[in-house]
Amino acid sequence: MWEYTDEVKDHFLNPRNVGEIEDADGVGEVGSMACGDALRLMLKVDENQRIADVKFQTFGCASAIASSSALTELVKGMTLEEAEKITNDNIAEYLGGLPKEKIHCSVMGQDALKQAILNYRGVREAPAAEGNVVCECFGVTDKQIEDVVKAHDLKTIEDVTDYIKAGGGCGNCHENIQAIIDTVHKREAQPAAAGKKLTNVEKIKRIEETLEREVKPALKKDGGSIELIDVEGDTVYVKLIGTCMNCATSDVTLKHFVEAKLQEFVTPELVVKEVKQ
Amino acid sequence: MTVIYMDNNATTRVADAVLDEMMPYFTEFYGNPSSMHSFGGQVGQKISAARGKIAELIGASPEEIIFTGSGTESDNTAIMAALKAHPNKKHIITSRVEHPAIKNLFEHLAKTGYRVTWVPVDRHGMLDLDYLYAHLSDDTAVVSLMWANNETGVIFPIEEIADRLRSRGIVFHTDAVQAVGKIPVDVGRTGVDMLSLSGHKLYAPKGVATLYVKKGTRFAPFLIGGHQERGRRGGTENTPGIIGLGKAAELAGEHLQDDMARVKSLRDKLESAILENIPNVLLNGDKDRRLPNTLSVSFEYVEGEAILLMLDQLGICASSGSACTSGSLEPSHVLRAMGVPFTAAHGSIRLSLSVYNTDEEVDFVIDNLPAVIDRLRHMSPFWKRAACQTQ
Repeated sequence: MWEYTDEVKDHFLNPRNVGEIEDADGVGEVGSMACGDALRLMLKVDENQRIADVKFQTFGCASAIASSSALTELVKGMTLEEAEKITNDNIAEYLGGLPKEKIHCSVMGQDALKQAILNYRGVREAPAAEGNVVCECFGVTDKQIEDVVKAHDLKTIEDVTDYIKAGGGCGNCHENIQAIIDTVHKREAQPAAAGKKLTNVEKIKRIEETLEREVKPALKKDGGSIELIDVEGDTVYVKLIGTCMNCATSDVTLKHFVEAKLQEFVTPELVVKEVKQ
Repeated sequence: MTVIYMDNNATTRVADAVLDEMMPYFTEFYGNPSSMHSFGGQVGQKISAARGKIAELIGASPEEIIFTGSGTESDNTAIMAALKAHPNKKHIITSRVEHPAIKNLFEHLAKTGYRVTWVPVDRHGMLDLDYLYAHLSDDTAVVSLMWANNETGVIFPIEEIADRLRSRGIVFHTDAVQAVGKIPVDVGRTGVDMLSLSGHKLYAPKGVATLYVKKGTRFAPFLIGGHQERGRRGGTENTPGIIGLGKAAELAGEHLQDDMARVKSLRDKLESAILENIPNVLLNGDKDRRLPNTLSVSFEYVEGEAILLMLDQLGICASSGSACTSGSLEPSHVLRAMGVPFTAAHGSIRLSLSVYNTDEEVDFVIDNLPAVIDRLRHMSPFWKRAACQTQ
């Protein structure tokens, strides 16, 4: 059983502002039946651009209903400008916190509010999410993942799933999500690393350490491994072993995992090439 | 508030008679059954008696019974023993709707070089036998199929499959954790090689289970330690648990027919009332070939966790195949494998009854469940639209 705060339980069992506003000025709809939760948020805005009334309809679990209820209580009476600044963290705080696996419920509230305000301002349809879909199960793009990783300094696939559900379905996108996380953090770390020029000995030593510490344990889980063959300048020659050797996605593993790790922990210039024999 | 417990496929209450049988073995007769002295020896005799009762319940011989710590341990032991016995065979078969004790083990084995065939089920949760038989090969080491599904209660034709496998040299294991104690199970008449059962599903305590291994089946121990269980499962026996399981088996053997007839009538009453009184509800699982105590239903346009928590407020304990009750974000793999549509899969609940449930409790659920569903549906953005479409 999830550990819900008393506020979550109260807002779930006694939700505020449930229902419809027939002549709403702004409507935001997010989520879907397939995703397992959805929220329809309706706003009535007065002449001072203040939210005079707000109602919601939610299909979802206790924390989705509680988050929706909390959101309506938070924004009622706010100007649109003030409401625009509401984040999922505000919703979660209002409820005294949410289990980390349920953070996406509060994100759904933030998204619905954003959509409703856009709708009020005459944007007929919310702009489609930018980027390429990475998580097919929940229709999440690489841009959305990148944004949430940056905004909340997320470190793991599990963190991303908790926030925007990506990766919470079949799991086929895990490698790509990890690559995005690594790219974001590598980019942030690069300025600090810039300017350091490694000697060849230092470089090879660090490559070996990174392969041992970061790469081999992950490959071992899938029944494979990797061997360092040679280093010429910034080109690292490696050989894949075991199940990795015949894996159909070995190119992806080398590019988005091995190379990304070496760039992160050794130097950003490194390029990985596979030696087949 | 009175608790109405209808989550008996998760675990059952320990029967009073079972507890009475166990208690002296915590306090008075605490000797180690492996000891040479008579103080321990009398405990060993009691374990032997329990072994006999369990064997009798499932039509086995006592020496074919190995005590373990859980259904999961029994399942893992069976599969790993079968694979060790056939080191050159790299193909294994199971179904898409197994309990995680098998599902996750097979997924793990798939990563270590085994080729897994996942046999699909139809909309009613029934196994595709043609698919199963078409995928048997000389390389198949083991077939593992549950006797009855924990979520829907659907019963697989284990006897028929065992007949088909008998001459193929393939080890056939069945996870009968949900079946034993609810329907007649007779390994003497059924050609399964190994069978798992667990105490806490049939009114014995948690932490004790059994693996049946047919005489002549090649077996390699999973836990290697002392000489307990004739070297097939090392470790000092969970003596009170085993004695409790023995008593539970004895009770099940004596009362199964009568108890399950009564439980089934309660389940059927509950099922009829739900299907009649609540619109947009789907029954999950084959209506006839199903455990007598299990009812899995899906309510469209509402979410399972929300239903469970509202029922919890009323003292009703049920469970859900909804994603939000687990760490996953996808609804139960069983319902997805059955092709239950998303409109319903997220709103599924399971009510599993026991001999302790009463007519009054069933009436209470019948009286209160419609209001819970109605309340959540009126909160759902999909409900009004669905209602409009059906008008």
